[in-house]
Amino acid sequence: MYWGLFHLKIMENIRNFSIIAHIDHGKSTLADRLIQFTGVCDERNFQDQILDNMDIERERGITIKSNAISLPYRAHDEKDYTLNLIDTPGHVDFSYEVSRSLASCEGVLLLVDAAQGVQAQTLANLYLAMEHNLEIIPIINKIDLPSADVDRVLEQIESELGLDPDTHLKCSAKEGIGIEEILEAIVNRIPAPKGDADNPLAALIFDAHYDSFRGTIIHCRVFDGTLKNGDIIKFMSNSTTYKVEEVGHFLLNRVKREKLCAGEVGYIIAGVKTVADVRTGDTITLQNNPTSQPLPGFKEIKPVVFASIYPIASDDYQDLADSLEKYKLNDASFIYEKDSSAALGQGFRCGFLGLLHLDIVQERLEREYDLSIILSVPSVRYRCTLKDNSVVYVDNPSHYPDPAEIIKGEEPYIRSSMMLPERYLGAVMKLCMEKRGVNSTLNYTGPGRVELSYEMPLAEVIYDFYDRFKSVTQGYGSFDYDIIDFRESTLVLMDILVNGEKVDALSQIVHRERARARALLACERLKEEIPRQMFKIAIQGAIGSEIIARSTISAFRKDVTAKCYGGDITRKRKLLEKQKAGKKRMKMIGSVSIPQSAFLAVLKSDTD
Amino acid sequence: MTAASSNNESPQPGLYIHIPFCLSKCGYCSFYSIKSINLIPAFLSALKQEMKFYSNNFQSFDTIYIGGGTPSLLTAKQLAEIFIAINKFYKIESPAEITIEVNPGDVSADYFQSLRSVGINRLNIGIQSFNDNLLKFLGRRHSKKNVLEAIDAARTAGISNVGIDLIYGIHHQDIKLWKRTLQKALTFAPEHISCYQLSLEAKTPLHKKYGAEGIKIPKEEQQAKFFLATSEELENASYIHYEVSNFARNENLKSRHNIKYWQHVPYLGLGPAAHSFLNNKRWWNKPSVKNYLREIAQGKMPLENSEELSIEQLQLEALFLSLRTKAGIDLERYKTKYGTDLLVDKKTIIDALVKNKLVELSNGSLLPTRAGMAVADSLALI
Repeated sequence: MYWGLFHLKIMENIRNFSIIAHIDHGKSTLADRLIQFTGVCDERNFQDQILDNMDIERERGITIKSNAISLPYRAHDEKDYTLNLIDTPGHVDFSYEVSRSLASCEGVLLLVDAAQGVQAQTLANLYLAMEHNLEIIPIINKIDLPSADVDRVLEQIESELGLDPDTHLKCSAKEGIGIEEILEAIVNRIPAPKGDADNPLAALIFDAHYDSFRGTIIHCRVFDGTLKNGDIIKFMSNSTTYKVEEVGHFLLNRVKREKLCAGEVGYIIAGVKTVADVRTGDTITLQNNPTSQPLPGFKEIKPVVFASIYPIASDDYQDLADSLEKYKLNDASFIYEKDSSAALGQGFRCGFLGLLHLDIVQERLEREYDLSIILSVPSVRYRCTLKDNSVVYVDNPSHYPDPAEIIKGEEPYIRSSMMLPERYLGAVMKLCMEKRGVNSTLNYTGPGRVELSYEMPLAEVIYDFYDRFKSVTQGYGSFDYDIIDFRESTLVLMDILVNGEKVDALSQIVHRERARARALLACERLKEEIPRQMFKIAIQGAIGSEIIARSTISAFRKDVTAKCYGGDITRKRKLLEKQKAGKKRMKMIGSVSIPQSAFLAVLKSDTD
Repeated sequence: MTAASSNNESPQPGLYIHIPFCLSKCGYCSFYSIKSINLIPAFLSALKQEMKFYSNNFQSFDTIYIGGGTPSLLTAKQLAEIFIAINKFYKIESPAEITIEVNPGDVSADYFQSLRSVGINRLNIGIQSFNDNLLKFLGRRHSKKNVLEAIDAARTAGISNVGIDLIYGIHHQDIKLWKRTLQKALTFAPEHISCYQLSLEAKTPLHKKYGAEGIKIPKEEQQAKFFLATSEELENASYIHYEVSNFARNENLKSRHNIKYWQHVPYLGLGPAAHSFLNNKRWWNKPSVKNYLREIAQGKMPLENSEELSIEQLQLEALFLSLRTKAGIDLERYKTKYGTDLLVDKKTIIDALVKNKLVELSNGSLLPTRAGMAVADSLALI
């Protein structure tokens, strides 16, 4: 048998698939059961939710980085199959990564919680899968729950998802019920990959991670051609070339192979220094025998949420710098550059894919690198057209142009997609209107359920939208969004002044109508957190020289101790030394000492 | 100008002697004392030993302060013994300020006469209040009658420098009542008045009492009112408010001894729990008469601990001590000593403090105003 035919036979026994689901519908648990059932890992070594490697992922129950694993499975037809499970990130911030993972598959398991039913991300993920023409296997999970309502979910699958409910499977990933049926469905219903191992190489990068011994490990799906050690590969987006050092498959660990062929999923090690040198969605080909066309769908992903990070103790600046460098090794979508603030000292301006991404970075810096950091108010990237017709993008309030020079300000808009029980419709519409939502559409997707969509400024979404949406829908609503365009807006730069001194770290670019409320909130929070001092402190919110909000902290008038004990000055001095050390941890704005907690209180109100 | 505040010559050190005996413990007092007055003779001989220990480090004093405890528990003869010993080991430079703290109930004109004869020229009478209910509440063993008699006796004995201690902020004492106390005190025209705000020190009976009965010391706003009213009232009567809690009838009647504490002038403290300061070093004795007697008998210093002050510590002390006083900080001297020009280094905050009338700049000094003195602890942290 010549190689081409032999390979066809291999491809017949490969299935590439993903699991997609709304958050907490059991994606990682199902992945764990599939892994256990196929015997890649025995019970003893099994750590729940194997694919979610990071602590944060495990705690939050969401997958941040996608991951892949090859499962060996002998099906009922007595043939041996390789089932490549490509995990996808489970959050709207990472929808591009999701789309690249799905592009590497031929089918998906669409998991729906039997109690919660179809949610916004179920729908968003389904649309993504449909865009890639994937075979979709609907699975109703958590059927063991007392609150499970399989009939209702079946109805939703038909009416809201437009899928044939007869094709569904039922399982309880937690209890291990229905796992074998799922594996059989993967073999029988998801098509085998197509492609030709003899064609020029075309491999899709769907992820990369950093290994401190081997450097960047590229995760890819080979569509055409063959890749082996020693090959010189080329990234088609920027024509950089690398020599392949090792290729292999993902089992529980990496397993070295001689080559990767069309249809297969695996890894490449090729001396790539950082994950930032690898672009998710890029096509890898061979330098000496390139494919003519890159695989479709590649996009440069750009951060949409920006915030500055400062160390709480300025001595920690170098530690923060080192930690960001290390963190960046594993997160290509995170960007940062030096920034400084008169109030908070040296720090970094960072770009994130969304608020969750920001949260993750913050948490990892604090947890894994043991840093105490302070984050500025998150901002979106605004577009300003100046009098000389030049266009500048501003994501940092301290770089906001002179308002007299701006002839047009624009802000990014999103199209949101929300699914909720009808009874919350009024409250959610009110919230969206308050958040400057426009062009709403409303669909009744099933009995008592609606799909609502608004176009809204991204700035409003990153403010406190999630929390309030969750609260007005009592947790029954789900939310997803896409960035659509820039729209003209009345933007202003709002400053916070403490006894007349600007606190630069608290400046925000906001819509004119929002300025007063934001300024008032900041003034109130500061009033609560700044301890009284020897003189009255005026806290003001201002747009230029116009004061729009104000609060006052009265002075304390007595703090001196009556007596310095005979010659025992030591005791009193020690008390003062303690106070002095405490004061040193505060930031001086003009003549006022502001504790870190005050900054946190103002900044927190915005990210929560 | 007093000898202590002349800046050209290095000033004479002060001597403090702690008499650690009391017949009863006042509710608010956290100073060290015991009731076993039978130990007084042994204490006196140990004290003489301790004087001998330090006779190489200290040669002379121009202020002596006998405090406690209750020094007036000592007989005239015992006090004479102490002064014989002082004169044996040290020189008393004149004009010397020699003060003793007395309890109003213990004294008489005869007693005061004998104090004068050993060289004591200044009294500090622990009056605290003219109100018997408040005196009882504070746990004092004297009465209003004792107070009046004691002041009378001091004047009869011809003691020309009489200081009195008063306390404000006591439970059930409002500002009106406090002002009456001050007016009453002024009728005696004392040379010196100390007005202390009652503070609850840990482990004192009053601390327990307040806790148990849910009584609170006045709120900060009320404390400020007490403080400012005291200052106004006494300054209106021509007293000089020269330190947070201290008022003098004129410049020469300020406590020269206490000023030494506030200006890093060397002082020697003898007796249990007493503190000493010399050459940027501070050391203090253990608060235990038994230990004091034992260690001295063994030829050892009865020290509890000592510290060598760093330049930063001296600087902080200089700031907080001088900002408690009307004289404030001599900026040029501070700069010479610590290499810091406060007017440059702390310009922003000093400007704000001046603007808010908490400090003034005058003749090269940074002075707290009356309102500034009330927040002197914070001023020190600028």
